[in-house]
Amino acid sequence: MAAIEILGLEKTYVAGFWRKRPKRALHPLNLTVEQGEIFGFLGPNGAGKTTTLKLLMGLVFPTSGSARILGREWTDPDIKAQIGFLPEQPYFYDFLTAHELLNYYGQLSGVSAKHREQRIEEVLQRVGLADVKGVQLRKFSKGMLQRAGIAQAILHDPKVVFLDEPMSGLDPMGRREVRDLMEQLKHERKTVFFSTHILSDAEALCDRVAIVYKGELRGVGAVADLTSSVQGRVDIVWQGTQVPASIKALGAECHVTGDTVRAVITEAQQDAAIEALRRERLRLISLTPVRTSLEEYFVEKMRRADSTAGGAA
Amino acid sequence: MNARIGYIASNTFREAVRDRVLYNLIAFALLLSGAAIFVGQISIEIEKLVVINLGLTAVSLFGVVIAIFIGIGLVSKEIDKRTLYTVLSRPVRRWEFIVGKFFGLSGTLVVNTFCMAIGVFVALLYVSHKIMPADALIFIALYFIVLQFLIICALALLFSSFSSPLLSAVFSFSLFVIGSFAEDLRGFAGMAHGMTRWLATAAAYLVPNFSAFNIISSVAHEHPVAGQLVLHNTLYALFYTAAALSGAVLIFEHRNLK
Repeated sequence: MAAIEILGLEKTYVAGFWRKRPKRALHPLNLTVEQGEIFGFLGPNGAGKTTTLKLLMGLVFPTSGSARILGREWTDPDIKAQIGFLPEQPYFYDFLTAHELLNYYGQLSGVSAKHREQRIEEVLQRVGLADVKGVQLRKFSKGMLQRAGIAQAILHDPKVVFLDEPMSGLDPMGRREVRDLMEQLKHERKTVFFSTHILSDAEALCDRVAIVYKGELRGVGAVADLTSSVQGRVDIVWQGTQVPASIKALGAECHVTGDTVRAVITEAQQDAAIEALRRERLRLISLTPVRTSLEEYFVEKMRRADSTAGGAA
Repeated sequence: MNARIGYIASNTFREAVRDRVLYNLIAFALLLSGAAIFVGQISIEIEKLVVINLGLTAVSLFGVVIAIFIGIGLVSKEIDKRTLYTVLSRPVRRWEFIVGKFFGLSGTLVVNTFCMAIGVFVALLYVSHKIMPADALIFIALYFIVLQFLIICALALLFSSFSSPLLSAVFSFSLFVIGSFAEDLRGFAGMAHGMTRWLATAAAYLVPNFSAFNIISSVAHEHPVAGQLVLHNTLYALFYTAAALSGAVLIFEHRNLK
């Protein structure tokens, strides 16, 4: 059973007061996320990521389509006991303390009074807010609010966690902690679906990603698969400070750093380069295919979408 | 009562208290004690009448202002600040949220009214030096005031479920004013002719009849209150509140939270 199945979910808003015009925020989206995955939902600002999450949370109603979460209709309110959600740039009841906030959300999620207190202490510790649990949220910084947001999303031990831009507003240390937390969730066999426009986070964390741009799904797959389109070139690194003439003759781009040399050559030249290093008695350190980075893949997808749209116009 | 409604209601109550809504009691206490001392010095034999009239009118007006200004923000504030997102992404039905908010605000107003009622009785004791059995009528007047609050809370919630806070405030306050003159409107409808009569009658029966809840003057003069009026007003308030709340729920159930 998939954790999340999105079946043609689509959203069109009506904009304008006098002259009402339809504005499509999300084209029919089909997507499946397996249990235990960390799934990255990538796209630039305004791509439709938040709309998708709001649709899944039942905060906005779709124009058409449906979804299933853990095999049940996404509109079934009871399935929400199994879901955790962190909205983008969360804001909470600022008259409550962090402890009171979690107690309130625990009550609403149906966590029994017996387990609630223990669970609150646990998640506060986990997100690093245990020391300020008695402080009202109005005194919290943006980063602390983000942590409180993550705490409320995982408080009731949900099986699927939706995080909308979870790294937003966090300093590098905070981002690292959130990444660690997401990895811990994966180890606990939770499914994490998170939206981001920070590609390095997605590349470091995700089993699979989907790229959405202008409300349309542009690509989906494992990060390794998306970035495995080898460009027909290899990256060769050896120990030394000199570039042998035979490698120079291959027309390679070479960079000397300390006592290592890096060269990028074509796949066809790789045997000749290894032979040259062997002849010169230089120590080969690594030989790796040059892969497209997620960023290059992402930019390429957007460029292609823009050129298609431009062509159609 | 559904437990989630209770949690939402108690959180709403806590918000009102921590947002210093009950600070209005200080203004009320100052107003009432000042008035009691003042009328005690200038009036002969009508001090009690003045204190009851002034005290209950203040209880009513303070409560109406709180009901409208908190009621209109109950939903819109949660949408603007996006606190609603983390509530509705839990096993909370939208109708539970609206009903919970309603009970939370109603609870705040009941507590507020209770505190102000103590103030009225203290002022009464100050000017007349004793509490008479007839003063128990004040409790009925207070009960009617609370019933009014329930209707206003529900109306404020209804308006805020589809319009901006400013418009909701205008609508709610206008209905309160028109509803306070509902009997006059009915009288006017009886005298009018043609389309005007039809429109005035429709308006007179559609707006909440707050004038039927206002027995302050009658209580101040120690006139008895008919049991039938108590029953009628109770049923009317419950029906009107339920209708307004149902409208709010119906609209909110289909609203996209942008």
